[in-house]
Amino acid sequence: MRIPRPDPAQVARRNRRTGLAAFGLVAGMVGLSFAAVPLYDLFCRVTGFGGTPMIGQAAPATPGEATITVRFNANTQPNLPWRFTAQQPAMTLRVGEEALAFYTARNLADRPFTGISTYNVTPAIAGRYFHKVACFCFEETTLEPGREMDMPLSFWVDPRIAEDPQTRDIRTITINYTFFRSLQDAENAGALANAGPHVGRGGAAATQ
Amino acid sequence: MAYAADAHAHDDHKPSFVKRWLFSTNHKDIGTLYIIFALFAAIIGIGISFLMRLELQTPGMQIFADGQMWNAWVSAHGLIMVFFVIMPALIGGFGNWFVPIMIGAPDMAFPRLNNISFWLLVPAFLLLGGSLFVGEGPGAGWTIYPPLSDNMYHPSPAMDMALFALHLAGASSILGAANFITTIFNMRAPGMTLHKMPLFVWSMLVTAFLLLLAVPVLGGAITMLITDRNFGTAFFDPAGGGDPVLFQHLFWFFGHPEVYIMILPAFGIVSHVISTFSKKPVFGYLGMAYAMVAIGVVGFVVWAHHMYTSGIDVDTRAYFMAATMVIAVPTGIKIFSWIATMWGGSIKLDTPMLFAVGFIFLFTMGGVTGVVLANAGITQILHNTYYVVAHFHYVLSLGAVFGIYCGIYYWIGKMSGRQYPERLGKIHFWLTFVGVNLTFFPMHFLGNQGMPRRYPDYPDAMTGWNLIASVGSYIAIASFLFFFYVMWVTLRRGEQAAPNYWGEGATTLEWQVSSPPPFHTFDELPRIR
Repeated sequence: MRIPRPDPAQVARRNRRTGLAAFGLVAGMVGLSFAAVPLYDLFCRVTGFGGTPMIGQAAPATPGEATITVRFNANTQPNLPWRFTAQQPAMTLRVGEEALAFYTARNLADRPFTGISTYNVTPAIAGRYFHKVACFCFEETTLEPGREMDMPLSFWVDPRIAEDPQTRDIRTITINYTFFRSLQDAENAGALANAGPHVGRGGAAATQ
Repeated sequence: MAYAADAHAHDDHKPSFVKRWLFSTNHKDIGTLYIIFALFAAIIGIGISFLMRLELQTPGMQIFADGQMWNAWVSAHGLIMVFFVIMPALIGGFGNWFVPIMIGAPDMAFPRLNNISFWLLVPAFLLLGGSLFVGEGPGAGWTIYPPLSDNMYHPSPAMDMALFALHLAGASSILGAANFITTIFNMRAPGMTLHKMPLFVWSMLVTAFLLLLAVPVLGGAITMLITDRNFGTAFFDPAGGGDPVLFQHLFWFFGHPEVYIMILPAFGIVSHVISTFSKKPVFGYLGMAYAMVAIGVVGFVVWAHHMYTSGIDVDTRAYFMAATMVIAVPTGIKIFSWIATMWGGSIKLDTPMLFAVGFIFLFTMGGVTGVVLANAGITQILHNTYYVVAHFHYVLSLGAVFGIYCGIYYWIGKMSGRQYPERLGKIHFWLTFVGVNLTFFPMHFLGNQGMPRRYPDYPDAMTGWNLIASVGSYIAIASFLFFFYVMWVTLRRGEQAAPNYWGEGATTLEWQVSSPPPFHTFDELPRIR
């Protein structure tokens, strides 16, 4: 017995519609993967995920009782000929108290270099309680040959760190700064084009 | 053939060779092309693994010049096996051959798109293979994490070639997936409702959706990597405000569904084979179908279990750990239902059934080590050791590859019209079974001893198990060569296959057409029972 096939034109039309919907889904997922770039950044900044400190909030008027030690760590990418150090290894302060610390960067080369820094805190979970009021992060800094520069960092630790069950046993927070050579500077100097196979030399602390 | 000639004289009018094979729009021919392509790629991919086991057979450097060369070849092995062997064989090969037949459709919805899907794979494979011989090779693993895949550490065009190969292979998969979804949704014969569809078609439907949702994310991530490498962007470069960990998130959002993309079609094939050779319908059909849907859905929310050591915090790890273990539930439903299908059945242990039972056994073992690795605490120690290598080879090399062999022995009579010699098939099974287990089981011990992945050398203390693994791999490779002999004997001297050579257990629509099926199947609609 012969069962008639459905109208081919109608099937073709339905196929076209389903096919287009499928490709719409694909386009949407490509869009989402690119949207992930700003969203991931936003997510880290809002939640302090991965040790991203909070920025720009003023410290409370009255500090809390608990004290906490903040250690300062400095890294420099190998292709930036700077000496970048923290002026103080550590600092003990009360929670809620605003403090000022300094880093120093010195250009060891005989020509100007432009650097840019990133930062995070360890343990990562303390990120949401570590507030930076003023800092030198994500600003391009150019140092003339032999010049030295002090870089201030103003911060406070949220008193709620002592109440959160996940963070109340934290006594020491380490803040890491990593200075990179700015991409623009490297490109202008032709360093990107000449980058050789640096296999085995890790880009320092390239985690966040 | 007489059957086809009488009833469908007009159906079996084949075009000329060039038109038939190069410009093919026939789903069976394209399926055949995919299977031939996958077998060819397997020769290369398995050949590389032979070199790897030669290198690791004894401590010290044997045949690879240095660690970079080793990493390049290991990466090529992984990418070839994933994108050019398992996916083309299971999805492009068996999917194209049997999805339209099983749902009573005359062909795929977009036959010419189907042709492009296949031919995109060829340049992709050439690019990836060629990248091994350019500069330092693509030595960043199949996961291509930056910063290792950046132009700082991989300055030559080799990495770009590998990335473009992934782009082409991804485009091929996406086109194929859209085609499958349209075919399955719109072209089922009347009466073939979604809940009557054979499980292989269900597996292909879920796989196609996973491909459609996952592969574009890989496409986005490697596009960013390519612009980072070549056009000065800094998506993953902290010097410009980017974040290398973001790449890991994007990659594994693709990468985890990808492992289900590779295994689900094998689930489908094994369901058919178990049912056929137990002469019983599959136990818990709807549960089996929706278990695959559940695996597909949950597979999208567990990606960070590949990143336990990337610095994510303990709460996040706890979530991903719990979600990962949830996947064991639908997987357990499938394993249970296969065993329940065999229970009380009239079991015949022909070669496809041997491979199917072997699949269940080995996939379950890989699943158990998977649950072990799902534990964030244990993975702090086992991350990137040979324990992980053993785990994913048990589910893929032994799981998915057994699925491919299973499908070939089950359907070779249908596809070629000639039945394989049973005795040779059984020899092939046992050679393979012994070989792969001898290769991969010792890797659990090596991993527990702390042997890391992606190194061409190891301390002397690990010689013993490495030697055994190497010997096992030689047996497995011999069995692979023997498989070609079996196929040669089948195609040259195999018996003519009847339309339904497995008898009463085989109930799906492909068994209602001749072996091989006429060039055009189901111009006249089949009856769905």
